Amino acid sequence: MIVIGRVLYRHWAVFRKVWWTNMMFNFVEPFLYLSALGYGLGAFVRPMGGVSYVDYIAPGIVASSAMFAATFESTYGSFIRLHYQKTFHAMLAGPVTVRDIIVGEVLYAILKSMLFGIVILLVTVLFGNVHSWWALLIPPFLALPGALFALLALCYTGLIKSIDHFNYYITLFITPIHLFSGAFFPVEAMPAWVNALIWLNPLYHSVQISRALSLETLHPGLWLHVVLMLAAIAILLPLPVRLFKKRLIT
Amino acid sequence: MSQDKAVITAENLYKTFETFQALKGISFTVQAGECYGFLGHNGAGKTTTMRMIYGMSTVSQGTLRIFDQSISLTPPSIKSRLGVIPQEDNLDPDLSVRENLEVYGRLYGLSRASSQQKALELLQFMNLAEKADDSVEHLSGGLKRRLVIARALINRPEIVILDEPTTGLDPQARHLVWQKLRSLKAEGVTLLLTTHYMEEAVQLCDRLAIMHEGRILEEGSPRELIGRCVLPHVVEVHLPISGMPDGLESQVRAMGGEVVQVAEGLFLYAHDGQEIWDALPRWGLPQHSCFLRPANLEDVFLKLTGGHGGENT
Repeated sequence: MIVIGRVLYRHWAVFRKVWWTNMMFNFVEPFLYLSALGYGLGAFVRPMGGVSYVDYIAPGIVASSAMFAATFESTYGSFIRLHYQKTFHAMLAGPVTVRDIIVGEVLYAILKSMLFGIVILLVTVLFGNVHSWWALLIPPFLALPGALFALLALCYTGLIKSIDHFNYYITLFITPIHLFSGAFFPVEAMPAWVNALIWLNPLYHSVQISRALSLETLHPGLWLHVVLMLAAIAILLPLPVRLFKKRLIT
Repeated sequence: MSQDKAVITAENLYKTFETFQALKGISFTVQAGECYGFLGHNGAGKTTTMRMIYGMSTVSQGTLRIFDQSISLTPPSIKSRLGVIPQEDNLDPDLSVRENLEVYGRLYGLSRASSQQKALELLQFMNLAEKADDSVEHLSGGLKRRLVIARALINRPEIVILDEPTTGLDPQARHLVWQKLRSLKAEGVTLLLTTHYMEEAVQLCDRLAIMHEGRILEEGSPRELIGRCVLPHVVEVHLPISGMPDGLESQVRAMGGEVVQVAEGLFLYAHDGQEIWDALPRWGLPQHSCFLRPANLEDVFLKLTGGHGGENT
């Protein structure tokens, strides 16, 4: 556990140097979504169960920003450390195992995921889209989807040979997950089979909880989302460790 | 550190990558405080051996003991006592020179204060103090190499493993690195290095293993190897093979000498250099195309590894 802290210290040292350029760039996109969809499109959309459209999608945008932060860190970020900068090789020469490195990667992705989520959450608070003090629980909650998206991305990163292959991951996996997550429209409106399939979408669970916390529509059924996410994390955790071992140790 | 104590012992080590055998049963022992070198072509198995020792490769077969512990994949407890200078510089480009050292120190569990203190000492030691706050990206190859060496020393390692420490460096930078490595050795640190530079091997190594195609061909001090493997004098004949007089080889052999083809020329080895030199005009070789010198490590290397390429005369 202590060793993981040391691995994380390296990421933190780098983050302290690059956070400004890093955060600013990623901050723009969710802001554009919020204004274009929330206020632009939202002007033509009737209220969603008594909630304005912009208030409805705001927590979804918080959740998806957090997803993108974890995803980018564990795809491009991890691949650069693995393949170009050989950061993992340098760490492995020290008193560190591949498992320590992977857990460090996941924790770093969680950290970034939470930070990006917080920034966007603050924006939505400033715009008056958040209606409950329960929203204070959104940042700590984002650790769960953060871990889940980091692990999914790390599995893919552990398999690919070229950085160009991330295009497939983003376009074929992350984009559909983003669009059909219940962030922009209620999935209940979709055919039954889509409704069933959506339970496989990790972002769906994250959006459901974020929205319930933001609009104070809490009910015990939400725990099911939490349990499913925890289960997925537990199942996925050993996978990237094994894949990266194969990559790093001959 | 006590002398004459084995810190690394390898017995009959094998490494197989799918169908390729990178190591075919090598055995060697490294004593505490010595500088032990692996000399060989690219692909001889030097890097594979190093990676196995510092925990980036598993032992396929055979035994490897480091600090009296038998290992199949070097564990963190042993890695914390090693310093590793890999072939490729893997510094953190986002961090400054100083930060690279400090962050790495923390990885070994040093406190913030002692990590900073140690980084400062090492910057002095490797003549990098002026560059402390520079970005790593703007360093020259030689400076980067020095920083990688400094980083490998942050945990006061007992064994320092250097995989081609001076490849790609200019002569000044190379001499500086050699000097630093010698002072480490004087402090009792065991050095283990790979190189394909003969001069580096002679300058630094107490003992050498000459590797070729996954095997150790010979082992000993540079002087021993020269004495054991080649005759003491060499005449280099700088003429194309087609221009060599007939029967040259048998003439040399008759004198108790040896002939080795090196690229497009011939090296004539002899017990008595002057005798063979004087005989050259009689054999039809103009002395101005020849060069007489004492045998050195390169001759040992060429003789041992050249023969396996089927290029011998």
